[in-house]
Amino acid sequence: MNCNKEQVINIIKNIASTMEKNKEYLTELDSAIGDADHGINMNRGFKAVVEKLPEVEDKCIGTILKTIGMTLVSTVGGASGPLYGTAFMYAGREVTGEKELDLTDIKNLFRAALEGLVKRGKAKPGDKTIVDTLTPVVDYFKSSLDEKTDNEILEEIVSIAKESMEATKPLLAKKGRASFLKERSKGHLDPGAVSCYLMIKEFAAVLKGVA
Amino acid sequence: MVGIVIVSHSSQAADGIKDIALQMADVLDLKLSACGGNKEGGIGTDPDKILEAVEGVYSSEGVVIIADLGSAVMSVEMLVEGMSAEKARNIRVADAPILEGAVMAAIEASAGADLESVLAAAEAVRDMRKIERD
Repeated sequence: MNCNKEQVINIIKNIASTMEKNKEYLTELDSAIGDADHGINMNRGFKAVVEKLPEVEDKCIGTILKTIGMTLVSTVGGASGPLYGTAFMYAGREVTGEKELDLTDIKNLFRAALEGLVKRGKAKPGDKTIVDTLTPVVDYFKSSLDEKTDNEILEEIVSIAKESMEATKPLLAKKGRASFLKERSKGHLDPGAVSCYLMIKEFAAVLKGVA
Repeated sequence: MVGIVIVSHSSQAADGIKDIALQMADVLDLKLSACGGNKEGGIGTDPDKILEAVEGVYSSEGVVIIADLGSAVMSVEMLVEGMSAEKARNIRVADAPILEGAVMAAIEASAGADLESVLAAAEAVRDMRKIERD
């Protein structure tokens, strides 16, 4: 599996439009257990990212990802800013100098993103956060994928991300405002887990050539 | 003098806490700055504003940062990690309630205490009782 720079740019642009399309939905999810701004914040952040892209389009993928991270940190305005920002910055560090990624790079990139996320938010799997969506995807990338086709891998990471995102619904939140609600946080999807799933879906769609 | 930075999700809350801390410390030249809100002035955090506030009171004597919740704390931690090693050594993030911590830190700093003492004063209020119940 390969991912060149143009595809990286397309993934980011598609994430930005999916955040715009899902602005109301994510905010609605966040109004149930958070502070009702996740969709607004993510849309603001990725809008700023798209505006910033022309400045770094001719740089390596590492620089592009790091720039995305820094832009998210300074524009999102909520906890997802430092969280996704750190994830993208760590991912970028992993692929410094690269103009095209292979499967090993992609595996490393996802692992580093999760490391950044965990370092910043200190969440564990099961805490009802972004980590719940990303961890099983990173674990899947650790397994032997030699027998699989690219399309199988891409389809499987999307279904893993979807399943683990949906699995946040019954959980008791341990992080952020949702954790203040204790038992009342159960029965709602975690907005961060959902936005992370949306990103993974766009990633796979571009690499499969369907977006 | 040790600098103090108050970081809230709301600029009004940050400014209000600063006013209370200044009043309690009763020293005019306290190095105390407050910032809050996102870039658009709404509820949230803006790392650029926080950085500006820290730079405003920074000296080699150090700075104690007191933040309110979630993204404010995360943004502060990120900024400190991004600073030069020399600066980062002189900055502490207090694990303290923002208003009480800011007041205690301001009183301690105004008395000329060093960085660790100002941090300890802020963190000492974590278990402060307001009403004594048996």
